Amino acid sequence: MIKAILIFNNHGKPRLSKFYQRYSEDTQQQIIRETFHLVSKRDENVCNFLEGGLLIGGSDNKLIYRHYATLYFVFCVDSSESELGILDLIQVFVETLDKCFENVCELDLIFHVDKVHNILAEMVMGGMVLETNMNEIVTQIDAQNKLEKSEALSSHDSLSAMSRSWSYPYLSNPDTTGSLNLKRTHLFPVGKNKAKDAALSTPPQL
Amino acid sequence: MPAVSKGDGMRGLAVFISDIRNCKSKEAEIKRINKELANIRSKFKGDKALDGYSKKKYVCKLLFIFLLGHDIDFGHMEAVNLLSSNRYTEKQIGYLFISVLVNSNSELIRLINNAIKNDLASRNPTFMGLALHCIANVGSREMAEAFAGEIPKILVAGDTMDSVKQSAALCLLRLYRTSPDLVPMGDWTSRVVHLLNDQHLGVVTAATSLITTLAQKNPEEFKTSVSLAVSRLSRIVTSASTDLQDYTYYFVPAPWLSVKLLRLLQCYPPPEDPAVRGRLTECLETILNKAQEPPKSKKVQHSNAKNAVLFEAISLIIHHDSEPNLLVRACNQLGQFLQHRETNLRYLALESMCTLASSEFSHEAVKTHIETVINALKTERDVSVRQRAVDLLYAMCDRSNAQQIVAEMLNYLETADYSIREEIVLKVAILAEKYAVDYTWYVDTILNLIRIAGDYVSEEVWYRVIQIVINRDDVQGYAAKTVFEVRALQAPACHENLVKVGGYILGEFGNLIAGDPRSSPLIQFNLLHSKFHLCSVPTRALLLSTYIKFVNLFPEIKTTIQDVLRSDSQLKNADVELQQRAVEYLRLSTIASTDILATVLEEMPPFPERESSILAKLKKKKGPGTVTDLEEIKKERSSDMNGSAEPALNATVVTTPSPTEDLLGLGPAPVTNSPPPPPTSDILLVDVFANPAAAVAPLAPGSDDNFASPDLASSEVVSEEPADTVHDADELFHKFVCKNNGVLFENQLLQIGLKSEFRQNLGRMFIFYGNKTSTQFLNFTPTVICSDDLQSSLNLQTKPVDPTVDGGAQVQQVVNIECVSDFMEAPILNIQFRYGGTFQNLSVKLPITLNKFFQPTEMSSQDFFQRWKQLSNPKQEVQNIFKAKHPMDAEITKAKIIGFGSALLEEVDPNPANFVGAGIIHTKTTQIGCLLRLEPNLQAQMYRLTLRTSKEAVSQRLCELLSEQF
Repeated sequence: MIKAILIFNNHGKPRLSKFYQRYSEDTQQQIIRETFHLVSKRDENVCNFLEGGLLIGGSDNKLIYRHYATLYFVFCVDSSESELGILDLIQVFVETLDKCFENVCELDLIFHVDKVHNILAEMVMGGMVLETNMNEIVTQIDAQNKLEKSEALSSHDSLSAMSRSWSYPYLSNPDTTGSLNLKRTHLFPVGKNKAKDAALSTPPQL
Repeated sequence: MPAVSKGDGMRGLAVFISDIRNCKSKEAEIKRINKELANIRSKFKGDKALDGYSKKKYVCKLLFIFLLGHDIDFGHMEAVNLLSSNRYTEKQIGYLFISVLVNSNSELIRLINNAIKNDLASRNPTFMGLALHCIANVGSREMAEAFAGEIPKILVAGDTMDSVKQSAALCLLRLYRTSPDLVPMGDWTSRVVHLLNDQHLGVVTAATSLITTLAQKNPEEFKTSVSLAVSRLSRIVTSASTDLQDYTYYFVPAPWLSVKLLRLLQCYPPPEDPAVRGRLTECLETILNKAQEPPKSKKVQHSNAKNAVLFEAISLIIHHDSEPNLLVRACNQLGQFLQHRETNLRYLALESMCTLASSEFSHEAVKTHIETVINALKTERDVSVRQRAVDLLYAMCDRSNAQQIVAEMLNYLETADYSIREEIVLKVAILAEKYAVDYTWYVDTILNLIRIAGDYVSEEVWYRVIQIVINRDDVQGYAAKTVFEVRALQAPACHENLVKVGGYILGEFGNLIAGDPRSSPLIQFNLLHSKFHLCSVPTRALLLSTYIKFVNLFPEIKTTIQDVLRSDSQLKNADVELQQRAVEYLRLSTIASTDILATVLEEMPPFPERESSILAKLKKKKGPGTVTDLEEIKKERSSDMNGSAEPALNATVVTTPSPTEDLLGLGPAPVTNSPPPPPTSDILLVDVFANPAAAVAPLAPGSDDNFASPDLASSEVVSEEPADTVHDADELFHKFVCKNNGVLFENQLLQIGLKSEFRQNLGRMFIFYGNKTSTQFLNFTPTVICSDDLQSSLNLQTKPVDPTVDGGAQVQQVVNIECVSDFMEAPILNIQFRYGGTFQNLSVKLPITLNKFFQPTEMSSQDFFQRWKQLSNPKQEVQNIFKAKHPMDAEITKAKIIGFGSALLEEVDPNPANFVGAGIIHTKTTQIGCLLRLEPNLQAQMYRLTLRTSKEAVSQRLCELLSEQF
């Protein structure tokens, strides 16, 4: 069973945390910090598995992680999960994010926490893998978006918000001065022709 | 087109997030967040009703704030309100908030449950999905109570959509995990099993997860899943990669489902049906074959997915442990991975091989990879991988390669990561002990261990080496020599643990090397004393004990040692323990004679064999499961493989604990029937250091105080055992000699009353057991026990009583008694029962005494004296002169004699103050005439009792019984 799914950036800023086992809010934050500490000190090209930190259950649990551009994706699982299977699941998750956000980057995760949660919910439920078929997941997300759109169009008040041609601050002025010090770094390198395949062909650890 | 269009966001949210990101400092960020929280709070509390969009926006902001690590203590109600919205977006954000910020607030839970109930009934698959997700994410007991009955119906209903089925399966799984008692098994279980045949692979995957968990707890109920899983697996494995379309991941057909199915099969033994079994073997072979095929894609995802299935297949092969052919193939495959360039694969291969090493079919095959594994230990860059290599070396170790493996581990220890040093130390210590053929090797290894990684050598390790040296006299001389050596105590920077071991061993066996002028007594002493001032207090205390032992071993250096003990730094040491030892040892060495010294300072007696405390520590460190299982499997197997070749010391792994073992840090020792060891062996090594109060124990075995605590501990344990201690309620027992009814025994729990009647050689006794408490007694079993002797002379028949005695109730038991011949002892009534959680066991003597079978005989004075004379043989007369225990009242005495059973003959004895009685003891075989005479002496407060019967034993017994009455 998956105990927790954590995404944080190279500086340890949490971008998503989802716990499938009950921990107090304080403990959750401590687990994120502990996990960051464990994972971030590891070299690139070492293996993707390590024993869990003490807070999350020590050696009974494994941390399975991948490092994409600025983000660490960490799944904390017990012994009933296949390590390589989870590694593939992380890949499916990121590829799905990439499909849904189009060249996903850390900023997408920041501004669309709810969407990321929705995508994750299509894949993992109550700590178990729900769906691994990317097309199926994307279809579900598409359907949700359509629902959202139709609701938005039928509703006056949200239309007023929607009708502005809202330009995203991070696109026009990539901020490098903010406390989070973010650049728009794609999780998958984007080729000149933005061909998806090219982006995926490179090994995920960058 | 991207699935999430970027123009549909919420402006306020985006602005807020940008603001946060623009904060230059943590303080500024907190300020901005507090401002926003205040804003949202006022909006929620404001008079103006918020529209759904605003609610959604604010809830999203709260989510973001929560993610940054700030507590959110409001907004739950607004989120719950969103649940009942008809708009998907609002409902969805409400559910999201609930599942991220779960709150056990019971009022809210009721509202949430209500909303969920509505959504489950809505028949709108999207809403149902949201509701099921929420249940699965929160998974609380309240939710289980509300929905555990409903979800199985949704799961197996024919018209449920696939996506909902998937969610329902996992939702049910979650509820089963949190509250298994609330998920009723029923008709649905068989239908769930058939979901393994479902068209939709997503449904099959979810169902497999569910069945795997259910099958672990109810294997019988889900047994049919085995053949279905095998056929499903077979279809996937043999399919062309394109058949499964979307579920093909980088050219690997449905890898997740395959993994899940293989996991499910690991819940069961190999299938019994040969057809199913053959098909499974075929599948596993195909998977192994595919590993050898050239990859269909160079992408890492392809090989990952393929290997995920392969590793799971190998796990299943190891689990079944029945096909030697497959096991060896699996081992070879893992061997290939050991040298693979992918670190992940090397890691997993080492891990899988660990379990493979315990299979008798593949143990040898695993051993062939020893060089690769040792190489991994030396060259791997990743500490996780090196740790797995250590684990594997530990698992593959046996007598043939122990020396090599231990040497390599010691080597690695010099450079090992600090985080895993302690574990390696424990492993080396265990292997060295377990596979030691030659104990000099063992001693060398442990001393090396202390030299290399002294800081990581826990107390258990050095306690153990001392135990072993003390228990094996063949190694004592060598141990003394080795600790003295250049590389050990003589090394300039010798670790304190080594000083401890050295001090202890030289104190015991220093005499064995004293013949060599290079290690003469004085040199030994000076060497130890040169370390003294660098050591901590416990070590110094130990060294002081060594010195006093030297006084006994080497009288020639006594004065030197006394000088050291007498020095101010000892006698006036600030540490009380050290000071006390110095004072006491100095005194002891001055006043005690050589003989006394030799007794007091005698060599330590051997330690009782016991489970290695090191192993216990490793188990504790690695958590239950990991080490235990492996060790036990290995032990079982190795006894098959190595037979009697197992080293004798292996027996120490088998526990023979005694209650005092805790002193070695073993934790709670299992209760055993073995009697506590003799007091001397209670002086465990550890006492000397761990418990200052017992510190003097080995020196003065005579002082009882030191043994008080272990003895107490052991007697407490024993009291749980069937107690042989008869409640010697002698007073009560003796009361019954002269009467037949009354209370025999009473404590806080239980009262035992008696009513009995006797005629000639027969009798009947009613025993009444009264429960004095308000709690039931369970397993109430009274038993009347006769010793072997007694059995031949007394026939007792009892009927069993109801094993349950309600609080305040009384049960009755009848004992039918037949006296066959005269007897001495009384039968014992043993009562066992369970009161509350504790087992009660007590025994009382049952007052069935020989005099009960007395029939009084009236006779004249003349007859009496005539018979008295006939019984003049000295063996027939027993006389007892005793002091009166009760006031000497003639009337009471008379009553007692009548109660005793004989006739009281008036006007027979010439002295009217005397009492005489006569009667016949009836037994089945004979009748024994008895005459008695009791002569009180009021002045001296004494009695003289004379008994004359035709049988000496009867006279004796009756005299005993009657003497107690006055």
